[in-house]
Amino acid sequence: MTRTISYREAINEALAQEMERDPNVVVMGEDNAGGASVGSPGEADAWGGVLGVTKGLYGRFPGRVLDTPISESAFIGAAIGAATRGLRPVAELMFIDFMGVCFDQIFNQAAKFRYMFGGNAVTPVVIRTMYGAGLRAAAQHSQCLYPIFTHIPGLKVVTPSSPYDAKGLLISAIRDDDPVIFCEHKALYDLTGDVPAESYAIPFGEANVVREGSDVTIVAIGRMVGVAQQAAAELAGSGIQAEIIDPRTTSPLDEDSILESVESTGRLVVVDEATPRCNLATDISALVARKAFGALQAPIEMVTAPHTPVPFSDSLEDLYVPDAQRIVNTVKAVAEWKRDG
Amino acid sequence: MAEDRIQRVTMPKWGLSMTAGTITEWIVAEGDEIAKGDDLVEIDTEKIAGALESTWDGVLRRIVAAAGSSVPVGATIAVVADPEVSDEDVEAAVAEAREQLAAGVAEAEEVGAEVGTVQVDGRSIAYATMGEGAGEGAGAGADAIVLVHGYGGDKNSWLFVQEPLSHQHAVHALDLPGHGESSKDVGAGSLEEMARVVLGFLDARGIERAHLVGHSLGGAVVAAAAAAAPHRVRSLTLVAPAGFGSAVDAEYLRGFAAATSRRELKPLLGRLFADESLVTRQLVDDLLRYKRIDGVDAALRRLVDTLLDGDRQRIDTAAVLGGVPCPTVVVWGREDRILPPTAVDATTAADLRLVDGAGHMVHLERPGEVRQAVQDAVAAGSP
Amino acid sequence: MTETLAPQVAADLDSNGLLQAYRIMRRIRGFEDRVHEEFATGEIPGFVHLYAGEEASAAGVIMHLDARDSIASTHRGHGHCIARGVDVKTMMAEIYGRRTGVCHGKGGSMHIADLSKGMLGANGIVGGGPPLICGTALAAKVQGTGGVGVAFFGDGASNQGTTLEAMNLASVWDLPAIFVAENNGYAETTSSSWSVAADNIADRAAGFGMPGVIVDGFDFFAVHEAAGEAIARARAGGGPTLIEVKLTRYYGHFEGDQQTYRGDEVARARESLDCLRRFRARVTGSGQLTESQLDEVDREVATLVDEAVAEARAAPKPTEADLLTDVYVSY
Repeated sequence: MTRTISYREAINEALAQEMERDPNVVVMGEDNAGGASVGSPGEADAWGGVLGVTKGLYGRFPGRVLDTPISESAFIGAAIGAATRGLRPVAELMFIDFMGVCFDQIFNQAAKFRYMFGGNAVTPVVIRTMYGAGLRAAAQHSQCLYPIFTHIPGLKVVTPSSPYDAKGLLISAIRDDDPVIFCEHKALYDLTGDVPAESYAIPFGEANVVREGSDVTIVAIGRMVGVAQQAAAELAGSGIQAEIIDPRTTSPLDEDSILESVESTGRLVVVDEATPRCNLATDISALVARKAFGALQAPIEMVTAPHTPVPFSDSLEDLYVPDAQRIVNTVKAVAEWKRDG
Repeated sequence: MAEDRIQRVTMPKWGLSMTAGTITEWIVAEGDEIAKGDDLVEIDTEKIAGALESTWDGVLRRIVAAAGSSVPVGATIAVVADPEVSDEDVEAAVAEAREQLAAGVAEAEEVGAEVGTVQVDGRSIAYATMGEGAGEGAGAGADAIVLVHGYGGDKNSWLFVQEPLSHQHAVHALDLPGHGESSKDVGAGSLEEMARVVLGFLDARGIERAHLVGHSLGGAVVAAAAAAAPHRVRSLTLVAPAGFGSAVDAEYLRGFAAATSRRELKPLLGRLFADESLVTRQLVDDLLRYKRIDGVDAALRRLVDTLLDGDRQRIDTAAVLGGVPCPTVVVWGREDRILPPTAVDATTAADLRLVDGAGHMVHLERPGEVRQAVQDAVAAGSP
Repeated sequence: MTETLAPQVAADLDSNGLLQAYRIMRRIRGFEDRVHEEFATGEIPGFVHLYAGEEASAAGVIMHLDARDSIASTHRGHGHCIARGVDVKTMMAEIYGRRTGVCHGKGGSMHIADLSKGMLGANGIVGGGPPLICGTALAAKVQGTGGVGVAFFGDGASNQGTTLEAMNLASVWDLPAIFVAENNGYAETTSSSWSVAADNIADRAAGFGMPGVIVDGFDFFAVHEAAGEAIARARAGGGPTLIEVKLTRYYGHFEGDQQTYRGDEVARARESLDCLRRFRARVTGSGQLTESQLDEVDREVATLVDEAVAEARAAPKPTEADLLTDVYVSY
């Protein structure tokens, strides 16, 4: 049965179904239950995570939802160590902006065990984390740092854009035997969509062609997929049919789908909320420039945040995050580009 | 009375999730004479595009919804009447229809489907029922028609057939185990097991006797059900059924089970149709979503085992039919590349209809022919 | 909460156990001394950090462990590996960067690991081990195996945030974890008496809600007893312990370190404190083992190390085909 639920509920459902299926799945993080389970006098499961994503799991799975002190390097490291010994931990790094205090455990330990130990390590840990701007949370709680994780060999990085994708990709992440960084855009938690009640797994490295079109290829990451869809609707009114590709996972990246699309449209715009130096837009632009050069009929363009921290005031944050109008303007320019002006 | 002779052409309900359709192009014009079965208008939904066939003879007097408009299911899009009916009466009907359209009212209640599940031998079986008796509990007894889809399909594949048939009968479409919204456990995946599920469905819905219609694997299943319980089955309509001869596109069956990406699946799906453009992005996407569900992979592989012996068909429906007393109609697309209609002829099937311009999914490509076959089987099987 | 244990004869080890203890320590010493020699020829790539002098710590702790348990080590990890039973020959091959190495030449001295033996690896990141051990201890607790995790770390790592966070977490989660601070007096060139603000590393234990013990790292029996208590307590659900082992490393921070920052403590240690000498004196003095039994082990080890070096030098290096493998289980 398919029904309409939110991105938040879809993630909660994925966790619950996997915890039901596999007793080795444990959840840990700051305030993942948040309450009497850890000494506070009131409700046991008071928060269920800062934005309520893990609510209800504590009661259903006794002993398998662990609150932590604010010690990211310790508990992220613990999740990683436990993964090498047979557990399948899903640890929450509350905001991706906090990666600084635990990055070593992720990129020097988890990511490298298998390679450094000559293939004799399996580290099936999932680190769920919130990213993205739009909630006026300002510079240290709003970044899109998935490019940094994408850069690290040994990690897999997932950026679901819809409730359907969030549930299926998280189920895959938990079943995956490699370390996975599961990136949830905090402004998507209330987005609703059709989601099957049954368990299902969306494979990694398989992009979703969200919209077919023959004029321009738009590759969009995470929350930008929905914004690109808005732009595409407006562009259709001007006679420009955009094809929208959602990679779903930035590592592994479905290169073939992107290249196939550009071979057909000849024009590419990449929409990435992450700041422009070394982000997914530059990564994908380089891929296409190298491997589909002959198909290109116009320069590749990107729509990204500016090279600044995330500003606080709404007047500035609204300028910071790519919106549908900017995408429309950029796609039009690319669609209309001719070599001699 | 004049009213009786005014027929309203309404937006059909092609599929359970359809709530509205877009009129792409009117094939007939105001003033044209039309006959039952003529294509009237091209309609596009999210899932599929198709031509709406006329169910009456008459003159197309007025078009209510123009090309390009999106119209809710059940709303009137044109008015057909005999030439004798006055313009005044026609205009009155048109005005009423236009008011309703403007108000956004859909007459969807008349085209409602009852959707639910029943428990059959510990499995949940999903179904959709349309027509007389729909929503009133038990099916309409001897008149009920039960539609059984094929390998990898679901109850929605009858979208062009179920609703029109439901004007005269209670029509139930079910999801076999391993498919659609039913339990994904197929057990041993044998024909006998699937046949028991169909018979169990009849029990659960309080249907004593039914006309069974099956496509592909579903055809073999309903034949097996009729052989197992001949007193329950009034007639059989077999649509491109499995189990005639040994030729089969084994690569398709195995490939469908194995495919995990759009790239792998899309070319395979093209083999299902005479017109490959029917393989839309939405169709591919829907099938990928289905295949990702836990248990589907194992179910499909079991069924492939039931259907195939190496690269040949393992089952023999022709032999099963020998023990089935009820009237049987077989309808098959001439361009079927999955199960070529070469092994069946007048000796194995007394009433065989080969349909031009249709592949394996003949009930999607030439639904009128399939509807006719069902109606003829029902007529032959009714007391 | 901190106390210094007087050395005692280990009542729970019979002559086989004592021989095994000696074998472990002698293997470590033989291995490290030989790597020291071979490194000087220039044939061993990269950095090596030698454990010679500290053997009693590895042996004394690890002899209590079994298949349920896990350990994590430091960049100075050869001793812990050998004590845990990692194959000596494949260790040597790994240090030489050969395909036959325990990590197929992909890890090297600083990342020697064998998860099948519950050895989560030497670690190139100071303080990298303690959080991981919280994890292995958590797994043992959730799985109900009765297993423990032991994090070895140095005086340098004792100041690293990861170590402090891990100790707090282990107490808060009540984990079967043992934190073994091997204080050899120096973090590279920096003396621990300066860098550790407290008088002893073990003094911090109270701050993290766990017992703290100081033991003489030259005395196998002292280490063995303290570790035995801590491990038994952890297995019984009594939570974590911090053990500070005071010892001296005989070689530099890495091979090539001229050690001009040191005084004459190594010479003094070798002369009058050496753990192997002390062990030999005690067990022969009490009659539990004979000199010739111990000499036999010495010969055994010498042969083993000779063979290990010869085989390592003759073994093939990984090829281009190995470059891209084992990044992921599947990609």
